[in-house]
Amino acid sequence: MEHLLEQIAHCIEFGKVNEAASYPPEMKGQPGADEWTLTALQQGFSPEDILQKGFIRGMDRVGEKFAAHQIFVPQMLLSAKAMTTAMRHLQPFFQSGEAKKRGTFVIGTVAGDLHEIGKNLAGMMIAGNGWDVIDLGKDVKTERFAETVRQHPGCAVGLSALLTTTMEHMADTVNALKKEFPGLRILVGGAPVNAAFCSEIGADFYAANPQTAVQYLKEISVQ
Amino acid sequence: MERITDLVKAGHLLVADGAWGTMLQSAGLKGGECPELWNAAHPDEVFAIAKSYVEAGANLIETNSFGGNRFKLAHYGLADRTIELNRAAAQISRNAAGDDRFVLGSIGPSGKLLLMEEVTPEGLYEAFREQAVALEAGGADALVIETMSDLEEALLAVKAAKENTRCEVLCTMTFEKTGEDSYHTIMGISPAEMVAALIQSGVDILGTNCGNGIQEMTGIVKEIRKADPFIPILVQANAGIPVYQEGKTVYPDTPETMASAVEALVLAGAQIIGGCCGTNPDHIRRIARVVESINKRKKVGEWT
Repeated sequence: MEHLLEQIAHCIEFGKVNEAASYPPEMKGQPGADEWTLTALQQGFSPEDILQKGFIRGMDRVGEKFAAHQIFVPQMLLSAKAMTTAMRHLQPFFQSGEAKKRGTFVIGTVAGDLHEIGKNLAGMMIAGNGWDVIDLGKDVKTERFAETVRQHPGCAVGLSALLTTTMEHMADTVNALKKEFPGLRILVGGAPVNAAFCSEIGADFYAANPQTAVQYLKEISVQ
Repeated sequence: MERITDLVKAGHLLVADGAWGTMLQSAGLKGGECPELWNAAHPDEVFAIAKSYVEAGANLIETNSFGGNRFKLAHYGLADRTIELNRAAAQISRNAAGDDRFVLGSIGPSGKLLLMEEVTPEGLYEAFREQAVALEAGGADALVIETMSDLEEALLAVKAAKENTRCEVLCTMTFEKTGEDSYHTIMGISPAEMVAALIQSGVDILGTNCGNGIQEMTGIVKEIRKADPFIPILVQANAGIPVYQEGKTVYPDTPETMASAVEALVLAGAQIIGGCCGTNPDHIRRIARVVESINKRKKVGEWT
């Protein structure tokens, strides 16, 4: 029976959304993450198990391959699409409280920066790991972040920047958020960002890739 | 005027300009402000940047239009001013460049992903066509499609520029190091794959920009040159990987550091060298000095 959950993990790993999807070519005509998830629910698998042993297992493999440069953004986007499509079947259980999310994660690209591919990837990976992700989009001003954190006490925040010119805005946002919410965990990522910059601006964690963000969030949610 | 490709194929090395984004910032551009709007609102400041690169010795002067496609301008509610802002960008650089330097109309990525169906190929082509035509109308000699990571988007942009203008078309993609002697864009495109696809599309000059600093560019140029022995190669590197010091973003590579990497780049096959993020007229001035000395040595046969 575990086989069914492995099918879900496999479809997510290789970006097979549903039966109609033509990608990947070698899985053409076969059921995708969408159909396998429905089948699993019909056969009585718990939403928790589907999430843990299907979605998370699949996305973990995707994250590892991405971090090792074995796959790139397109493959990861398709995996994330497979995951979000299948996740819709689990939404009712999360809404009814039958299944629990790990917590709330607020994410956005900082002010002045219109790039969101990296932010979207991180958001989808984190959602795939059972977090409620609130995506504020791109060019997000500090006040929007603060407002959202006020509405969701106990959440964690992820800030993204692609441009070297917007790194300073990331610093300003971290500074303002930490002042208002001293216990707030802030993750930062993006092409020009590194660990030294992260500690310099007082953020909590530098996510070199979506996978490390997922791992960090896992650690803090267990505490 | 001669074409850039003619000069390069005749054996002349050329110098391209440096960063615009960081220069606009030091001229007062605020976060959240649309850089291209400065072509209308602060033309003198934009002109001063172009002029500073002319004075530094760049043969190719870009335009302040990197984010000037209608998708990016729409974020600022400026999509209906796309033609005006691009035309103004080219006019400003034309005025600064005069007649003996080339104006390179800058065309950056759309910010939309074809793969995720955020935009159609037709929609992308049309947006690049609109921008390319406006830049040509404003006086651009050539168009540089830059900082690309998706090959299909780059192809559509090159096609739109070639089919609708008389400009020479340059294209650079941004690669990161993904292993020993291995480079890929974030979309997984290698330099060799870029060459194979874009030469088919009729691009005049290929290359690489932005990225992880000038030292890493040599390996990328070698791969491009290996994939095609003739295509002219443009390199515009960042001034290193930025570090954050005392509240400011600082680019570690000095003009000297960058200039000292030029010979290796030329030996690897680069023919046009300039800068990207974090470079300023001082970097370009030092690079131009090295390029000039290589050009002289070539003339007297002291350069292989």
